[in-house]
Amino acid sequence: MSPAREHAVELLRQMVLVRRFEEKCAELYGLGKIRGFLHLYVGEEAVAAGVLAALGPDDNVLATYREHGQALLRGVPPGAVMAEMFGRANGCSRGRGGSMHLFDVERRFHGGHAIVGGGLPVAVGLALADTHLGRAGVTACFFGDGATAEGEFHESLNLAALWRLPVLFVCENNLYAMGTALERHQAVPDLAAKPPTYGIPTERVDGMDVLAVEDAARRAVERMRATPGPAFLEVRTYRFRAHSMYDAELYRDKAEVKRWAEERDPIRLLDDDLRRRGWLDADARAALERGVEQLVRDAVAEAEAGPLEPVEDLERDVLA
Amino acid sequence: MPQMNMVQAINDALRVAMKKDDRIVVLGEDVGKVGGVFRVTAGLYDEFGDDRVIDTPLSEGGIVGAAIGMALYGMVPVPEIQFADFIWPAYDQIVSELAKYRYRSGGEYPCKMVIRTPVGGGIRGGHYHSQHPEAHFIHVAGLKVVCPSNPYDAKGMLLAALADPDPVLYFEPKRIYRAAKGDVPEGEYTVPLESASVAREGRDVTVIAYGAMLYEALDAAERAAQEGVDCEVIDLRTLWPVDIRAIEASVEKTGRLVVVHEAPRTCGFGAELVSLVVERVFFHLQAPPRRVTGFDTPFPYTLEMEYLPLSHRILPALLETARA
Repeated sequence: MSPAREHAVELLRQMVLVRRFEEKCAELYGLGKIRGFLHLYVGEEAVAAGVLAALGPDDNVLATYREHGQALLRGVPPGAVMAEMFGRANGCSRGRGGSMHLFDVERRFHGGHAIVGGGLPVAVGLALADTHLGRAGVTACFFGDGATAEGEFHESLNLAALWRLPVLFVCENNLYAMGTALERHQAVPDLAAKPPTYGIPTERVDGMDVLAVEDAARRAVERMRATPGPAFLEVRTYRFRAHSMYDAELYRDKAEVKRWAEERDPIRLLDDDLRRRGWLDADARAALERGVEQLVRDAVAEAEAGPLEPVEDLERDVLA
Repeated sequence: MPQMNMVQAINDALRVAMKKDDRIVVLGEDVGKVGGVFRVTAGLYDEFGDDRVIDTPLSEGGIVGAAIGMALYGMVPVPEIQFADFIWPAYDQIVSELAKYRYRSGGEYPCKMVIRTPVGGGIRGGHYHSQHPEAHFIHVAGLKVVCPSNPYDAKGMLLAALADPDPVLYFEPKRIYRAAKGDVPEGEYTVPLESASVAREGRDVTVIAYGAMLYEALDAAERAAQEGVDCEVIDLRTLWPVDIRAIEASVEKTGRLVVVHEAPRTCGFGAELVSLVVERVFFHLQAPPRRVTGFDTPFPYTLEMEYLPLSHRILPALLETARA
């Protein structure tokens, strides 16, 4: 198998893993195994898959509360992510964070951030530390279109540009800040117009085309490694499911969702592409699916088997 | 031993610590070339360079957020918020990120830093250069809050805070920045956090104070002594986690308690201190505990000396409590 073919199939596998993982989460939520707030990444898989493919192990990743995909594709074991959803002590944050607070120091996965915009200044700090300590890493910071209305967004763009820090700002523009459409929350809905005012090189990319996302991310990362300073990607994507499990989706037409899901599904688009190229036959595709299903099954089993945090731990880790 | 004021002692602590530990980085508005509006960081920029003393834009959320990112790498940032009144744009970062990093990551991410900020009134600062906002931070689990009252403690506690594994808010009472003077050892020493000190021993009433109001409490205690009431004044030094043993021991002796603080009365730190005493040593109490505090108003400009719990307002509380 050629490297390009192998890589494309791997990206497909990654996106399918996230999709099946998220579908399983929804099912488990219905069964009461996962509680509270749960934000699924279905439809947006190409963003994490494409951007993370452009990063190395020394780079940092920060994400939002819709971060299962980033965690999985950064290499956090699916069992540790699922156990975290279940609130089990074998979760990647020992069961204390839940869905929105996935952490993995070893993989430089710096969280799940449930406060919109809250992770951006922290990303600036990670990049400042990299620069200060003479390390080569870049920091990829994911956030949604909603975050661009927050003050911390503007503070962070200014600081990163002013101090020429290697922050890759990845705006996952799914066109809605929860239930408020982009043109209803932005005076200038062209989000790619904002970072250039801070002098930040910016690219807009089709977030349903994983290869295009990866290419754009690679260009940005290469430029950042060569010339110190941030970069910005506006990745146009769409969330196929509700904002969270409590969202009746009264703010968008069912026809709009259907159109995106039918015409712009990133997994279907890559499937079609691979088939056209003759890179993935039906048997191999089925085997890929089976492999992913097994991973998800194992993750659920691992989560089920984990212990709940003991009550004696309630006050642990508040202070050292 | 050299004599220093608070500004010099804090400056000296930063210099001593930065020489020894190159993980320490100071950042904030005008902390570098200017040396800080109160001159607390004077000279550090020239001595340590612009990558260890970083001038920032007016961007408090960005300053604290960037410090958090550095702390995640094991660096020891010392962000300065120019006035505590300006800390609110950073409150989200402090409350949502800084205070909870260790807890929500299951202990994977400690977030060690010292946020320095001048607090308190009495310098004609008006609404937004005078507040004393400790209660807002003590209420947030995951933070330590300290407020030294003299140069010796200021240096020793800052060095202790820089060695502490947890995020510390280091409140600098600006009214006594230059007024409080004293002997300060050269080089390194620490004053342990979480230890109150007895600033004046006495038998009749326990008075808890901290920061600039310590001196008002001491003055009131001297005047009370002339009327035959012998007060014990505790300088809390570390506000949280509080040295509750020291308070208990004093109240067990005196049976009477007066708490003094600049911040507004309602839900102020005094409410917590009184509650702790009532819960823990109720049967030693011989009189209702009292609070002498700021008023439940925004910090006033013209009437600031009426607002502050100065000696003339503390004294009647001491006498009435002693005689109740």
